Amino acid sequence: MRFVWRKFAQLIVVVLAVTFLSYLMLSLLPGDLAQVKCGISCDQQSLERTREELGLNQPIPLRYVKWLGKAVTGDLGKSGTNQQPITEALQQRLPTTIKLLVFSQLIALAIAVPAAVIAAQRAGGIFDRISTTLAFAGLSAPAYVVAPVLVYLFAVRLKWFPATGTEGLKSFVLPSVTLALAEMAAYLRLLRSDLISTLQEDYITMAKAKGLSPREVMIKHAFRPSTFSLVTVMGLNAGRLLGGTLIIEVIFALNGIGSYIVQGIFSRDYFAVQAGVVVVAVGYVLINFAVDMLYAALDPRIRHARAIA
Amino acid sequence: MSRKVIGGPTGTGRDPNAKLLRVVDIKTHFRTEKGTVRAVDGVSFTLDRGRTLGVVGESGSGKTILSRSIMGLLPKRNVVRQGHVYYEGTDIIGLPDEEMRHVWGSEMAMVFQDPMTSLNPVKKIGKQITESLFLHLHMDKQDAHDTALALLSSVGIPEPEQRLNEYPHQLSGGMRQRVVIAIALACGPKLLFADEPTTALDVTVQAQILNLLQQLQRERHMAMILVTHDLGVVAGRTDEIAVMYAGKVVEHAPTPVLFSNMKMPYTEALLSSIPKLDYPSHTRLEVIPGRPPDLINPPRGCRFAPRCKYAQERCLNEEPPLIAAETPGHMFRCWFPVGSPEGEEALSRNLAAGASASGVPVTDVPMPASLAGRS
Amino acid sequence: MPEPSHRGAPVDAPGISSRPEIDAPAGGAREMLELTQLADREVEELQALHTLDPDQVPADAVKKRLGPLFWFAAGWFLLIVVLALAAPLMERAGFLPDPTKAVKCANPPCSKLGILKQGYLLGTDNLSRDIFSRIVWGARVSLLVGFSSIFFGLVLGGAIGVIAGFFKGKLETVLMALTDMFLAFPAILLALAIITFASTSNPGEEPRLSRQVAVILALTIVSVPPIARLVRASTLVFAQREFVLAARTLGASNLRIMVKEIVPNVLPPIFAFGIIGVAIAITAEGALAFLGLSLQPPNPTWGGMINDGQKFYLDAPHMVLVPCAVLFLTVLSLNLAGDRLREYFDIKESVL
Repeated sequence: MRFVWRKFAQLIVVVLAVTFLSYLMLSLLPGDLAQVKCGISCDQQSLERTREELGLNQPIPLRYVKWLGKAVTGDLGKSGTNQQPITEALQQRLPTTIKLLVFSQLIALAIAVPAAVIAAQRAGGIFDRISTTLAFAGLSAPAYVVAPVLVYLFAVRLKWFPATGTEGLKSFVLPSVTLALAEMAAYLRLLRSDLISTLQEDYITMAKAKGLSPREVMIKHAFRPSTFSLVTVMGLNAGRLLGGTLIIEVIFALNGIGSYIVQGIFSRDYFAVQAGVVVVAVGYVLINFAVDMLYAALDPRIRHARAIA
Repeated sequence: MSRKVIGGPTGTGRDPNAKLLRVVDIKTHFRTEKGTVRAVDGVSFTLDRGRTLGVVGESGSGKTILSRSIMGLLPKRNVVRQGHVYYEGTDIIGLPDEEMRHVWGSEMAMVFQDPMTSLNPVKKIGKQITESLFLHLHMDKQDAHDTALALLSSVGIPEPEQRLNEYPHQLSGGMRQRVVIAIALACGPKLLFADEPTTALDVTVQAQILNLLQQLQRERHMAMILVTHDLGVVAGRTDEIAVMYAGKVVEHAPTPVLFSNMKMPYTEALLSSIPKLDYPSHTRLEVIPGRPPDLINPPRGCRFAPRCKYAQERCLNEEPPLIAAETPGHMFRCWFPVGSPEGEEALSRNLAAGASASGVPVTDVPMPASLAGRS
Repeated sequence: MPEPSHRGAPVDAPGISSRPEIDAPAGGAREMLELTQLADREVEELQALHTLDPDQVPADAVKKRLGPLFWFAAGWFLLIVVLALAAPLMERAGFLPDPTKAVKCANPPCSKLGILKQGYLLGTDNLSRDIFSRIVWGARVSLLVGFSSIFFGLVLGGAIGVIAGFFKGKLETVLMALTDMFLAFPAILLALAIITFASTSNPGEEPRLSRQVAVILALTIVSVPPIARLVRASTLVFAQREFVLAARTLGASNLRIMVKEIVPNVLPPIFAFGIIGVAIAITAEGALAFLGLSLQPPNPTWGGMINDGQKFYLDAPHMVLVPCAVLFLTVLSLNLAGDRLREYFDIKESVL
């Protein structure tokens, strides 16, 4: 329980630090929101007025504190460009991002885990060679290369799935698969190499010497201790994907957090960018929190180290 | 689960009157990118029920590979295993893993060197013990639990009930090794391999574990192969000893004979490298010069010759066969055995020359104790 | 951006024996792997003994090969480099049509394979521009951005890494916390923000930087944190070696030790990672170009060509498939070469 509290405190500190730093950076960057809003033919006076309206003439720390005060109540302000409440915009977009994230991770795991197990069982064998080579290719194919090919094959030629849109689960298939491909390759390589090194442990020989079948040895003894780095990387990936699915969102015309932040950057809508960064940062920290919990579930050594600490 | 050829205790095809284990000219070679490593190169011996064989040698002598090779636990790829291993009269060397699995854990079991690494860190101790009870003895949950409890008490673990629900990292090294022993003994094997079972443990715990093994072995009338680098470990605890060097048995004798009448210079060298209580303090321990030989290109002639202070020209060129000594059951590989006239002569010749035929310096003058401490 | 495994995620869970390398060697080190697999300690010891006796080992048995895949990858990459370098010459000689102008094509987009002279080798796009020519000129952008951003990233990140790993203490803590912060933010968003703010301007003002420079700047900044972490890790290893101690007892200054002792040792493995870094940078440039943030049209970029081609799936799938294939093969070849070289260097290092 103490561990949970400490993690929670850590979470708050990180969120505060990230939001303040991004606030600072956005404020110091060149490019003036007031100028953008006011337009080209804006005279000095109306520019000042716009600044005042947006609160840009106050010192940065004060602005930050004010912003923070509102943010904790769920009010992230209004978009500087179209006056839409940011919280509302994020509420519309978050489900898309989360769906994309969850589906892609599930697809990646569903294929990477069995493939890694089979490959590690016969390391150096045909399946191992083919799967690791394919994984290598998968790592070299960025989303904007995979997506057009998939769209061409499955949307244009075979017409199995829609090429764009957010209606129904079907429209999430191609984007999720695109996203999953690289993840899958990374997970496969990682889990395979960890499994192979676990299979060399003494306790695996010991399990074999008990008379367990290779399958039982793999499932009951080798698998769980081999998943630690997989879990770490999954956490990192998921955190990054929160805001990093931009390309996918553009290609498949999905409105997620990534494209929201980008629109904010383009239109110098600091408030929108700031809000997006908060969502990404909080999500990142929350996912890491979940990963830590998962560790404890997977490895009794960590559980006990924490109980003592 | 069908039990074929050599199934459980009632399995057919095995002769209960035959010797428990007869190993005939077993060879285990590893194919590596640098060449073939002849880790075990023609070893034979016989072991009766309830008896103990000590296998002694430096690291790299092939002793660990020998025990795993007999049990059939080595990987298949790039490993060449030849010869015969008769278990109760049946040759098990060519059997597929699927059939060996009925033997592993139930008939033969192994205690590994390092209890820190031989227990699964993420599984509770109880589960690790009951696993083979379910598998081989088809026990139900309650029986398995009770048996595990009894096993833990029999290996001297206090509060066994509580330990069943603990993880390996919660136990000390000695306790873990006791758990490993309990796991090995769970299904009442007839043959136990103990692979340097105390090397990784504190000195104070070593004797406890060895005594425990000996006691359990007697109680269960179980045969044991005790692998170690330490002649002191096997001295009082074995019936016979096989000394291994570079993949071969270089001397094999009943334990008392080996210690009273050793023939092999290597055995002698091993023995004089063990500290003894009755040595005066600061006695310089003899160190065997050089390293164990390269097993990809082993030296021509006697494999120990490059490090032997008895070595003569002949030793460098001709490999000695296994020669029977005067005592029955005592065999050795040496042209100039310790204690024989030839051996004495060879040694004094090397002493006079100051070096053996292979260039090992040979001196008789022991280093002064004051200097020895510093070297 | 989908190249998760490249960014070298730290996998140090407290209390678990951390594994030194998280990326499994793809293929070449398999032999080593098999070795350890069949080995108990005992066989390993034998191996170690064997390496200690080099006289007994035939020289050719120890020599590590890079393998045919490496040479295949290197060949493809060389082809791309040569074409990119020779583009102006080829254009002057009349082999390569202007990538921004239409060539003869009755009914664009033309997908017929033609002869090399006067283009058409890979067909034309919707504006009758020769795709082969656009690929070759686009390669110049990809290679320039890929190599220069990683070069600057190595200089900058390398300096930070060596300083952090050498001096340790508070400086290291601060530097590494900074890199952590950068790593927590999606790299593509960061690059995007940098480009936007660096290359655009308030209405009526001149752009601060050209697009090309802005892209290089952005990718340099994004590449610094991971490179710094990597260099720091190897510096930590070397900073404790005897030769550094020896140099110090001889009175060498910190700067001299870093430049003369640490950097030459850290360089070879980092070089191999640098090649993979170039692959990532090329991927990233492609992503930015895809979003329309790299070199502006009508100038050709691979990412831009993929984006353009998407609109013509039905009539001219080659418009999107050709640049996809070229980009994929180029990135793959760099990844392969880098991976092999990394193994190669690791092995050399272990012999040291």
